Amino acid sequence: MASTSGTIPTTGRYRLLGHPADLAGHLSTLGPVPLPSGSRGWREAFVSMLESSGLAGRGGGGFPTAIKLAVAHAAGSGGTIVVNGMEGEPSSDKDKLLLMRSPHLVLDGAQLMAAACGARSVVVCVPEGRDQVASAVSTAMAERTGAGCAPVHEVLVRPPDRFVAGEESALTRWVEARQSLPSFRPDKGTALKIGRKGALVHNAETLAHVAMIARKGPDAFRAHGLVEDPGTSLVTISGAVRHPGVVEVDRGTPLIDIVNRSTPDGPPQALLVGGYGGAWVSPAHFTTPYASLPLRAIGATAGVGIVIALGQEACGLMESARIAHYMAGESAGQCGPCVYGLPAIAGDVTRLARGDIDPGLRARLDRRLAEVMGRGACRHPDGAVNMVRSALGVFASDASSHALGEPCAHWNNRSQLRFPPPVAAARR
Amino acid sequence: MIRILVDPVACDAYGYCAELLPEAISLDEWGYPVVDGKPLPADLAEAAKRAVRDCPRRAITLRERKGSR
Amino acid sequence: MSSTSLWYATRASGIMALILLTLTMVLGMTTTTRARARNWPGFAQQELHRRISMIAVVFLGIHIVTSVLDTYVNISWASVVVPFVSVYGRFWVGVGAIALDLMIAVFVSSLLRARMRPGIWRAIHWLAYLSWPVALAHSFGMGTDAGELWVIVLGAACVASVAAALLWRLRATSRQVSARIAYASVREVPPKYLAPGGRERAGSRRG
Repeated sequence: MASTSGTIPTTGRYRLLGHPADLAGHLSTLGPVPLPSGSRGWREAFVSMLESSGLAGRGGGGFPTAIKLAVAHAAGSGGTIVVNGMEGEPSSDKDKLLLMRSPHLVLDGAQLMAAACGARSVVVCVPEGRDQVASAVSTAMAERTGAGCAPVHEVLVRPPDRFVAGEESALTRWVEARQSLPSFRPDKGTALKIGRKGALVHNAETLAHVAMIARKGPDAFRAHGLVEDPGTSLVTISGAVRHPGVVEVDRGTPLIDIVNRSTPDGPPQALLVGGYGGAWVSPAHFTTPYASLPLRAIGATAGVGIVIALGQEACGLMESARIAHYMAGESAGQCGPCVYGLPAIAGDVTRLARGDIDPGLRARLDRRLAEVMGRGACRHPDGAVNMVRSALGVFASDASSHALGEPCAHWNNRSQLRFPPPVAAARR
Repeated sequence: MIRILVDPVACDAYGYCAELLPEAISLDEWGYPVVDGKPLPADLAEAAKRAVRDCPRRAITLRERKGSR
Repeated sequence: MSSTSLWYATRASGIMALILLTLTMVLGMTTTTRARARNWPGFAQQELHRRISMIAVVFLGIHIVTSVLDTYVNISWASVVVPFVSVYGRFWVGVGAIALDLMIAVFVSSLLRARMRPGIWRAIHWLAYLSWPVALAHSFGMGTDAGELWVIVLGAACVASVAAALLWRLRATSRQVSARIAYASVREVPPKYLAPGGRERAGSRRG
């Protein structure tokens, strides 16, 4: 597990990390969580507070939190708040860290959301195998029950540790029926359900922000970041850096400034922003601000708060091939284009990275990328396609020489990326 | 305006929809349907409804879309 | 109608029904998903399967009605669907009744297909695999024309075509299974060159 470089007092008064992890310390440092005290109009005030803060999801979707709450509220009361602590991206550590160091902040946020949409339970999801995180969460839950800080019942569950297990609909389906499979949802406007009641799924970091904004006010959040993308974000930095770890940054910080916090081993060849379902960024764009619109303009997204530095002694195409194989293996196995398309794409990228001579390869790869995009039930294949496409753009000169049978010197070097150990196949 | 929607989870690549509606649906190299995004002309509406009714996995549906995007 | 003509009608329509039901089985068993050739008209085949099954039902209806109306042998209406209550040919008419009951389930469920869950429909439809051999047994067990060479040849042809279709079906299914296994193996062990530090020869190799 990566260590944190986040004990630096990063962002003045407003920060998610660096507070005491125990309940007593948490309450004495931050004060009580402002739950409704029976006053009327609390819900409206809470929603308008979220709206004016401009908080958007920190789990990859980047969706405005206030709107998501409105959709869930429309589904009626008695539902569930699902805290998404799954963090399926292998290079991400922020949610683990948050749940271990500031669990009460996350749970406070969940309680506030529960109060706002009349939910009757809070379900925190931590994958199987992450027992350190799970025990930190259970300890925190026990403290809260003892002190009466959990008006809505809180429970911890352990879904499987797979990439797509953290996808919203896969998570609610697992909570309901123990099947970790995404659903086909053509109407994103309708709320997710667990049983017959609505379910509101939020990334752990998003809920931590909700709890901080409720205490410090929306202006404290807006004091950081940009007007159109306010606040702070937790970002995990890894790759060819000397001090990998999680940092807390203002939205809009230039990418290279974020990476420099972890002391890269020399100027990076490229940056992978948003994780394995994210996109490569070339040195020309290293000063791009870490915010939705500027990143989208260069074909990337802020995604789940990951920046990976690719060192000079690496082959971007081979690393992309490894990522593509990993993503192919993490398919839920439900949709043809993903099940068959991703391994085929991974195979093509591998051949390109190895310098195999195959005149039809590039055209075939481009066709497959276009065909797979958007044809799965969830956005898992889309992430893989975007990653490969960005690699073909950022490493274009490499791609040309590789295609001529002249791969770069580093194609066979040890990977600079993190991959979990392979799993036993789940036969369907 | 009619939009064709394929549920990729239910779809098992029978290919009947592409057979009935080749003007709007083609098959990728693995046999799964690729729907072209163009609005469906009215004379193909009957064939589209047939494809919906006869899909062995009930994976295809039609949506009404008011106006154009 | 004279008893003799009813009797001929029963036998002829029975044989026709057997042929058409065999054809229905073969058309049904050879529909698969991805495994078949790209340009094969699968939908047309499914339509043919449905329509031939309906014609088979017509001949089956004639076969049943004429056998009941024929006064020479005593087969009641009840024994058409209730097995082993017929006065004439208790056992083999009963076998026919079993085959018919199964076929009714398959047929009715297909008429109501849009209203039931696909899994349930499929489970009922698979009763066809049981009803066909039972119908075949009834045809030969009744004995009327079973000794004739042409009938034996016909029966053998029906069995051969269903057996061939079954073999084809099993092969197609196993091809689909191996495609899935290929997918699963991506998750199992990453190819050698993907393991960190694994060395492999680069350069010109046909992909």
